[in-house]
Amino acid sequence: MSLAWLLRRLLTVLYTLLVVSLLVFGLTQLLPADAAVTLLGENATPEALAAVRLRLGLGDPAWLQYWHWLSGLLQGDFGTSMRTSQPVAPAMFTALGRSLMLGGASLVLMLLIAVPLGMWAALRRGKAADLVAGLVSYLGVSLPEFVTATLLLIVVADRFQLLPATGYVAPGEDLADSLRHLVLPVLTVSLILVAHVSRMVRSETIDVLNSDYVRAARLKGLSPRVVLLRHVLRNALLPTITIVALDVGYLLGGIIVVEEIFAIPGIGRALIVAITSRDLPSIQAGAMIMAATYAIANTLADIAYVLVDRRIRYD
Amino acid sequence: MIDALRRLWRTPQGVLGSVLLAVLILACLLGGVLAPYSPEAMDFAGRFAAPSARHWLGADQLGRDVLSRLLVGARSTVPLAVAATFSGALVGACVGTLSAYLGGRWDEAITRTIDAVMAIPHLLLALILVSTLGKGSANAALAIAVSVAPSMARVTRSVALAVRQQDYVKAAIARGEGGAWIVLREMLPNVAAPLIIEATIRVAFAIMLFATLSFLGLGAQPPASEWGLMVSEGRRFMHQAPWVIVAPALAIATTAICFNLLGDGLRDALNPRDER
Repeated sequence: MSLAWLLRRLLTVLYTLLVVSLLVFGLTQLLPADAAVTLLGENATPEALAAVRLRLGLGDPAWLQYWHWLSGLLQGDFGTSMRTSQPVAPAMFTALGRSLMLGGASLVLMLLIAVPLGMWAALRRGKAADLVAGLVSYLGVSLPEFVTATLLLIVVADRFQLLPATGYVAPGEDLADSLRHLVLPVLTVSLILVAHVSRMVRSETIDVLNSDYVRAARLKGLSPRVVLLRHVLRNALLPTITIVALDVGYLLGGIIVVEEIFAIPGIGRALIVAITSRDLPSIQAGAMIMAATYAIANTLADIAYVLVDRRIRYD
Repeated sequence: MIDALRRLWRTPQGVLGSVLLAVLILACLLGGVLAPYSPEAMDFAGRFAAPSARHWLGADQLGRDVLSRLLVGARSTVPLAVAATFSGALVGACVGTLSAYLGGRWDEAITRTIDAVMAIPHLLLALILVSTLGKGSANAALAIAVSVAPSMARVTRSVALAVRQQDYVKAAIARGEGGAWIVLREMLPNVAAPLIIEATIRVAFAIMLFATLSFLGLGAQPPASEWGLMVSEGRRFMHQAPWVIVAPALAIATTAICFNLLGDGLRDALNPRDER
């Protein structure tokens, strides 16, 4: 991994964020809402509205407004929420922390389920186990998060009262209760990821099992367990890294819905609140943070890939 | 074409997918005729009626028959999602093919920009678009088309890169044909097969996205019996009448499964070598 490659990767991230910022700013500018009216209410006097427009620079040409917004972002100033009149950044980053906890837990759970499931299906190709794994992956890609979440709520929280239905408890407050509140959201978010990743692991494992080096390892007399763990698992997991990184997009989308349903005050819920109350600075900040998370996750995955796989060398 | 269909029906996914699709088309075309009640007929004495011989799938909070609402709702859910996917796919296909045709720096710039747009999660892009355009089914469909397009452009580009190297494209360039002609008449038809497979799978995704937007209150509006909206409206009564939610939830899942099966079946039918 050369420095030039890293630098180019970094440039790609910056370009991504630039395009996203243009898109997000452009789209939110088209919002049929007058920011001054949103801020002061319908009954504000024309003078007050004019004063606010002047203060927010709403009369400036679009490119100038964009420039002010972008240079603010670069200095860590995400603007002031129109709904709460508080700075957007602290609220958004606190929310992001909660979402990352939810997303991270979902990723871990997904890996714990998807990798063994995919390998198991590959080893018993065409048998009952393969069918079960296939069924799980079909269900996973065919159930939208709001459906999974609602069905889980009906069965687990309502019928059997096993877990709390909604709400958020900070881990610092009461760890056990916090975890109990996280179970259903994490299950919901990870289902679609399990579907994608287990499918990928299955097909990669089948490829690796048919490869020459695995045949050689078997002929060398290595025990099936050693072959599986040392040769198959490692090589089958490599392409999975890329899929997991691309799935971060689904993960973030899923988080929006799941946080709304389970009333978790994360960035997804913050975005929905911002969108329904037409709070422009919060929409822009939330969207930028989500896109940045995605771009960074993908870059980390690329780096991880190069570090794990010595055969690939990007110069 | 006929041959591909015959091969599709030889795969188990293809058969199951086609049967489900037939049921869906039937519901879309004849839903209103088949429904035992009017989807908006209220019956306050029969609120939350459990599934029975009178109401096969029970009744909702206003005493409306759930089965009738499902059947009629098929029309406000499925065709829009299909149309949105295929129009988004067409735009994406044109951009992807153009990118492959131009090659070099243009290709690089277009690809990087598409990658950048894809950094915004689909649902978020759709949410922002709908909040800009205003709620409603048509705007939700437009938002879905826009969010489907970038990923379709990527898929198309990778296929079109190979097509670009074919002799008939080189011949067209040598004949002095214009860029638009080459992209639209020479290259696009030859990337169609893999695109149709991709798009079919994306329909499942579009159905889910559309239902999610309606669930969040931004897609179809009451009193429509769109399935995502039905789940959303029934959520408050989850305790009294879970069937009001379970029926549309299963309908969404089954529809998505149908298009996933069809896509997988088509993939097997059109690439017979791949035995995965």
